Amino acid sequence: MTSPLEQKKIRIAGTSVVTANRTWDGAVVYRTASKGWSADLSEAAIVRNSDEAKALLAESVADDVGAVGAYIAPVQVGEDGKVEPGNLREQIRRTGVTIGQPAQV
Amino acid sequence: MYAYDEIDRTLVNERVSEFRDQVKRRLSGELTEDEFKLLRLQNGVYLQLHAYMFRVAIPYGTLASNQLRALAHVARKYDRGYGHFTTRQNIQFNWIKLAELPDALADLAEVGIHAMQTSGNNMRNVTSDQWAGVAPGEIEDPRIWSELIRQHTTLHPEFSFLPRKFKIAITASDHDRAAIKIHDIGLRLIKNEKGETGFEVLVGGGLGRTPFIAKTIKHFVHGRDILSYIEAILRVYNQYGRRDNIYKARIKILVHELGIEKFSREVEEEWQHIRNSSLQIDDEVIEDIRSRFTYPAYEKLPHMPDELRQAAADPDFEAWRRNSVAPHKIQGYSIVTISLKPTGKPPGDATAEQMDALADLADKYSFGEIRVGHEQNLALPHVAKRDLPALWKALDKLGLATPNVNLITDIIACPGLDYCSLANARSIPIAQELTRRFANHELANLIGRLHINISGCINACGHHHVGHIGILGVEKNGEEVYQITIGGRADESAALGNLIGPGVKFDEVADVVEDIVEAYLALRERPEELFIDTVKRLGVEPFKERVYATR
Repeated sequence: MTSPLEQKKIRIAGTSVVTANRTWDGAVVYRTASKGWSADLSEAAIVRNSDEAKALLAESVADDVGAVGAYIAPVQVGEDGKVEPGNLREQIRRTGVTIGQPAQV
Repeated sequence: MYAYDEIDRTLVNERVSEFRDQVKRRLSGELTEDEFKLLRLQNGVYLQLHAYMFRVAIPYGTLASNQLRALAHVARKYDRGYGHFTTRQNIQFNWIKLAELPDALADLAEVGIHAMQTSGNNMRNVTSDQWAGVAPGEIEDPRIWSELIRQHTTLHPEFSFLPRKFKIAITASDHDRAAIKIHDIGLRLIKNEKGETGFEVLVGGGLGRTPFIAKTIKHFVHGRDILSYIEAILRVYNQYGRRDNIYKARIKILVHELGIEKFSREVEEEWQHIRNSSLQIDDEVIEDIRSRFTYPAYEKLPHMPDELRQAAADPDFEAWRRNSVAPHKIQGYSIVTISLKPTGKPPGDATAEQMDALADLADKYSFGEIRVGHEQNLALPHVAKRDLPALWKALDKLGLATPNVNLITDIIACPGLDYCSLANARSIPIAQELTRRFANHELANLIGRLHINISGCINACGHHHVGHIGILGVEKNGEEVYQITIGGRADESAALGNLIGPGVKFDEVADVVEDIVEAYLALRERPEELFIDTVKRLGVEPFKERVYATR
């Protein structure tokens, strides 16, 4: 799960999305095809090659007020069109910590 | 406790107003993220996987009960009801909203808490022994000197844009609980032959991807000269430290590349220019700081009160007392370490309810004072021995009486991939599984003192290099893989651990640790020989053989 902070080159091996954190609260968001942000991965714009990825990332980074730290993240698209995170890091960002949060006493 | 003066209060309040304005401008788009990032980092605000993370300073690990309640309030009102105590006497909140951060800072400012020096390339929160001021045999309270350095370095322009972050730790006891040898500057408070207070100064320690144990640069610097000597070190670092490569920017790299002798000469030369300047500390300055620390009005109490004698018949109480209660410099009192490592829970986390209740217990049993240690546990520093049984019962109800301090389940772990944007692998689930594997306290006691440290990436926030058993999570072909080291330690005999062999998968880590422990139990010469001493005596090989024989 190499951190995207170390993402030096844009090379995508398959389907990807652009993800970031919403500026006002830091929540995980995904770039949509309508040039907005959504907390729902299923609404993310899917890119399939480096040129598409670069274009989507450039557009996302330019929207500096809506979200911060945009980067390209892998996803898997099922035969039914369902979009799932492509690695553990993105799975955790989507569904939350894997450890359970401290129980209230 | 240290009482802030008007200057401190004004500084903290002004900082809140400034940050409120900065956040407002960021949210309106007036400031770009690039412009804002430095400002938020100067206020302890990181952007992590799920949200912003807010890191709050607990200078030299000392908290008043009302301050702990304020932290509980922030956890409850602005976060998700808990906080995470770190390895550098800070607390982190993981789910804070940027828009609400100024309000959280304002609420903390009311009790003198802030987030300065918790992030960015500046002088970080000065840390110290969590038993400062109460440990038997201590030369003097190191927090007085920690506070001096805090005052001098906070917002100091020369230390605000360093090549990289810079960390100082101070101890005044023979046994180093502040891990000074893995800090950029480590200070060991000592007396010279004239009985004058001064410091052995160590420099160039640190972990991360290039770990080093700090080296002694000067055997004695008089207390009155300590600021000028630190400043001389910082000036040499500022002049020669690399700014072109983040991985080579820490002072440890400079010390290593120049060599301690050359580095020392450079510092000495610089020091002679500034030694007799306004940086020389008058005794009155130290006395003024000393006078602002208040110490409890201890009673004259028996060494062995009846309450303690009677409670000793309870094996559960005794199990807790044996490893949670330490001698105090005043007869009739004890230092009580509160384990934040319950079985199956994330190390270092405390809920708002626990923090509130602990603040109440501090008021009732510890003169309203709480300490935070780098091992991610808390402590009550002034508990009358007669109160130990009642305190234990109260802590047990709160889930804060796990009798595992310094044992195998007293694990240091970074937040790892569950929270951290830098992480490559998860840390907390590994710790959770290990606490379940070794949940039997009789077994843990049989094993004896054994520190496991876990980091989720090479940045080593979980101090894996200096764990008796160190576990480092890395990523290999898209999977979490864990490298295991043994033989590290962070105390006065600090050492870096040695790798035992190829990395293992997530599901195998606890099995490997079990194998290492089983090997130790079979190899130790006597029950008193600690794990770390067996490793020192025999080296890595027998443990490696045991672990990899069947893998």
